[in-house]
Amino acid sequence: MIAPVALLSVRDLTVRFGGIVALDGVSFDVEKGVTLGLIGPNGAGKTTLFNAITRIYRPQSGDILFDGESLLRSQRHDIIRRGIARTFQNLELFRRMTVLDNVLVGRHTEISRSRWYFLPAALGLPSVRRAERMARERALEILEDVGIADLAHRPVAGLPFGTLKAVELARGLASDPRLLLLDEPAGGLNHEEVADLVGLIKHIQKRYDLTLLIVEHHMNLVMKVSDQVVVLDFGKKIAEGSPREVQEDKRVIAAYLGTAEEDGAA
Amino acid sequence: MNARVAGFPIYTLVMAGVALIVFIGIPLTTNSFQTFQFANVAAFVIAIVGLNILTGYSGQISLGNGAFMAVGGYTTALLAAKWPLPFIGFVPYGYTIPLAGLVAALLGFLIGIPALRLRGIYLALATFALALAVTPVLNNYDGFTGGHAGVFMKSATPPFGLDLSNDQWLYFMCWAIAAILYVPAFLMLRSRTGRAWMAIRDSETAAVSSGISLAYYKTLAFGISAFYAGIAGSLFVINNAYVDPDSYSLALSLTLLIGLVIGGLANVWGPILGGLLVVWLPYFAEKSAGFRLGPISLGGKPDIEFGIVLILIVFFAPNGLTGLIGRGIRWYRSKRDAGRGAAPLPAPAVLEEATQGGEPSEIIG
Ligand SMILES: Nc1ncnc2c1ncn2[C@@H]1O[C@H](COP(=O)(O)OP(=O)(O)OP(=O)(O)O)[C@@H](O)[C@H]1O
Ligand SMILES: [Mg+2]
Repeated sequence: MIAPVALLSVRDLTVRFGGIVALDGVSFDVEKGVTLGLIGPNGAGKTTLFNAITRIYRPQSGDILFDGESLLRSQRHDIIRRGIARTFQNLELFRRMTVLDNVLVGRHTEISRSRWYFLPAALGLPSVRRAERMARERALEILEDVGIADLAHRPVAGLPFGTLKAVELARGLASDPRLLLLDEPAGGLNHEEVADLVGLIKHIQKRYDLTLLIVEHHMNLVMKVSDQVVVLDFGKKIAEGSPREVQEDKRVIAAYLGTAEEDGAA
Repeated sequence: MNARVAGFPIYTLVMAGVALIVFIGIPLTTNSFQTFQFANVAAFVIAIVGLNILTGYSGQISLGNGAFMAVGGYTTALLAAKWPLPFIGFVPYGYTIPLAGLVAALLGFLIGIPALRLRGIYLALATFALALAVTPVLNNYDGFTGGHAGVFMKSATPPFGLDLSNDQWLYFMCWAIAAILYVPAFLMLRSRTGRAWMAIRDSETAAVSSGISLAYYKTLAFGISAFYAGIAGSLFVINNAYVDPDSYSLALSLTLLIGLVIGGLANVWGPILGGLLVVWLPYFAEKSAGFRLGPISLGGKPDIEFGIVLILIVFFAPNGLTGLIGRGIRWYRSKRDAGRGAAPLPAPAVLEEATQGGEPSEIIG
């Protein structure tokens, strides 16, 4: 009998920037199919954790296992092939491309794995035409799912903020990931949009059979969509549990009140 | 107008027919010098297509593509007229053309590797240094390159007993090659490969997270760009039947960039307009010697006229001539549709800015 391995396992992870310890010995596991909410005051290290998982930052110590294998041996651009996609806190869209092309870039590794793709592409060979057509159909399905299929051929620049968030989500889904990291999906959205987002996240989680890691300051959303919540403060994990457990945790309350006071004093 | 013939809209077919007539008509109606100039346009179009891939699509500014042209040009000249190969002798010029592309591509690929560490202004300066080095290097190794004296080639004559003048033959050959190279560039840019380049240009962070290897796609862009430049350089030498180190001065590299920007960065048709302009603008500028605007004499100074056109474009058509034409077409369509009572296109100004690049948008920061 083999014990079930967590899909993602963060082990004693430490990331430092000079004197700043952005992550300080953080450990937690995420089982397959779980939606994990990652919360904490500003500067707690949430985005840093995402950047460590996607290999943008190199941790000083610790390990990140995905499917039981370390991610630290993969190159940045190979992370998506392992089955991990993400969105960004401050939108990182390809702003001079159309919505559809943005999503198609998200499908880059699924269209082909060949290094020599550019040659058959240059010759317009049927295999390439078929691969491109299938990718386009899939991308349009995804856009349909996030509710912006009618904007597929619009350039990204000039679209409203809420739509741009949806484009990033669609791009993240395009690689058929198993783990999707969402960095503040509700950031900058209005009340109504946040309400829609709750439904959308639940919908795509089921439909795409996803494991989700969601960084969010919007507590209402986190509590509604998460099965499990991890709380960071100054790079340390200070609590973990169900949404209810975490909400009632004294240290969590103190961490949030603490920063509120600091903010007030500043 | 929805009538179609063989699946194509009639409008498209008519335009293609007109283009074909103009294309065949040019060498039959112009004098030999003008035909020769139009052949050079084709060479420039090819070079600018290559630069468009590198700078317009993958976002790597190159001031040095003239160096890749030099490599292509010298490959042709040396093989066809200076260094006979054992057993083969001088290579017929036609066979040197693909070789010129491949040799330049190899160099481009190699240059692309150190260029990976550079971005923006630093990459521009490094490629600028490359362009600066060409002439002195060619002069220095004069034993191999022929130095100042250059290399003379036999002028290219029409094959298969075709009843064409030399210049007409060059015209058709250069444009045929330009057409053959245009299509794959276009297809590549519309595919996963082209999207990867544009993704790198717009956000390296998001491109990498999408599985795009920066090292691979950036060096690939350099290699392919240099391939196009090499072929252009080769055609240039064949047209002139002569090459010397001064043919590849810094000005050539700058001319390519100017042609690209005036034509329209990251636009499929930009290189054609850019190529026409960089060949014919200096010609008309010289022709207009003596032309005066009040106290100011403009004529006969191509650099001044180039400068003026460039400044006008940068200010009034930041997306180049193709951007300007695109804006015109959209304006016409919205007028027409409004006249028919159809809903106007949403915010054409925003669309224009977005599709063609232009200023950075505030939204994404
Ligand atoms: N590239 C970097 N260089 C230096 N310091 C960094 C870098 N990235 C993050 N930090 C620091 O690490 C700490 C954690 O930052 P991080 O962005 O992970 O916080 P966060 O929890 O995502 O905050 P927020 O809720 O404001 O997004 C902060 O003190 C931040 O200044
Ligand atoms: Mg953050």
